[in-house]
Amino acid sequence: MDMLQYSPQNLSEPPSLYPGYVSTVPRSPRQKLVSIPQTLTEVTGPIDFGDRLLRAPVHDMTRQGKGDPIGERIIVSGRILDDRGRPVPHTVVEVWQCNAAGRYIHKKDQHDAPLDPNFTGQGRVVTDAEGRYRFVTIKPGAYPWRNHHNAWRPAHIHFSLFGAGFATRLITQMYFPGDPLIDIDPIAGAVPADARRRMVSRFDIDTTENEWALGYVFDVVLRGRDATPMENSL
Amino acid sequence: MNDMTAPARLGLTPWQTVGPFFHYALPWDGGEILAREGVQGERIVVRGRVLDADGAPIPDALVEIWQANAAGRYDHPEDCQADRPIDPAFTGFGRCPTDDDGMFAFHTVRPGQVPGPGNSMQAPHIALGLFGRGLLRRLVTRIYFPESEGNAVDPILGLVEPDRVGTLMATREGEQDGMPVYRFDIHIQGANETVFFDV
Repeated sequence: MDMLQYSPQNLSEPPSLYPGYVSTVPRSPRQKLVSIPQTLTEVTGPIDFGDRLLRAPVHDMTRQGKGDPIGERIIVSGRILDDRGRPVPHTVVEVWQCNAAGRYIHKKDQHDAPLDPNFTGQGRVVTDAEGRYRFVTIKPGAYPWRNHHNAWRPAHIHFSLFGAGFATRLITQMYFPGDPLIDIDPIAGAVPADARRRMVSRFDIDTTENEWALGYVFDVVLRGRDATPMENSL
Repeated sequence: MNDMTAPARLGLTPWQTVGPFFHYALPWDGGEILAREGVQGERIVVRGRVLDADGAPIPDALVEIWQANAAGRYDHPEDCQADRPIDPAFTGFGRCPTDDDGMFAFHTVRPGQVPGPGNSMQAPHIALGLFGRGLLRRLVTRIYFPESEGNAVDPILGLVEPDRVGTLMATREGEQDGMPVYRFDIHIQGANETVFFDV
């Protein structure tokens, strides 16, 4: 049975164990991962389930409360592509983030910064036929965490993506250009510098809307279909 | 490979941890229920605990599963097994955050066998992805069922050192509402470290 395969995992992925990010020490395997071929189990995966399973789309995270959230309104848009540059259409993009003051609505977030009653910080969009997505939100703040003395997370938006199969699943974080915290952050820093840049969005004047909101572009590249037998014979 | 005609590969976007604050964004009501009213096959409960190096439960992990239906068919266009029907009452995909005791639980059906590499058949199994604070990237494993006849010739289990295969086997743990319950604890590290796969 000729089987679709997705391209190999990125060599520039973060390792499971990265001692600078202290929580990885007790939460990473010590045995080598067992390499297995991608079978029907791994090449298939949940697709087209946005309406059936997940909650309704949320394109505008500034419209979830009774009033406007505090902070700098921004537009985030981009494309979800595979590593041949082909769009990943109709795939669910789940996002979540803290508010402008650097506080998550999550009950376990005890950072001494105000909650915003008009901001929950969660959104969910589906890409169009060209793999494009777009949502409106508030620029998240930086916040401290207890990984080490004076540890601060750079401003970021969490992204969860599916792609075409179980093997293409990706959860990542989008950072903002020019943020001096990125290169001293152990979570971003677990990724080698050249690949780390792929997690940094870029300011885009064409995405920016006059008199309304700055625009940032963030393209995401997922594992793509490897060469099929047909392509190999060319 | 020899694929000179294809465009150059773009660099993949790297993994980052899901962090501790995903609960209001990723889980949804009923996310742990894969089998709905009228589902074909044997309903089962699969539950377990996610544990760290010290055997301490991990209360801020997220577990996702993906599996074939009772007939051994995935609801996906790459699965072309026309003789095995898609079950509209079965989603195949579930998502469950761990609770304060590190526990997760799914209501699903016993999966059928599915084709493996070459002409092999894979024993019934559930693919599992584990995310959490302190996990920079997803950990992938599989849940197998101890009584399945196909386990002995399963092509994936055959790639695992024999003394570690047991970490991929769920154990029977009684019944719940008439459904068999299977227990599958995930040891991220330690003497009984679960086998994780690079796919």
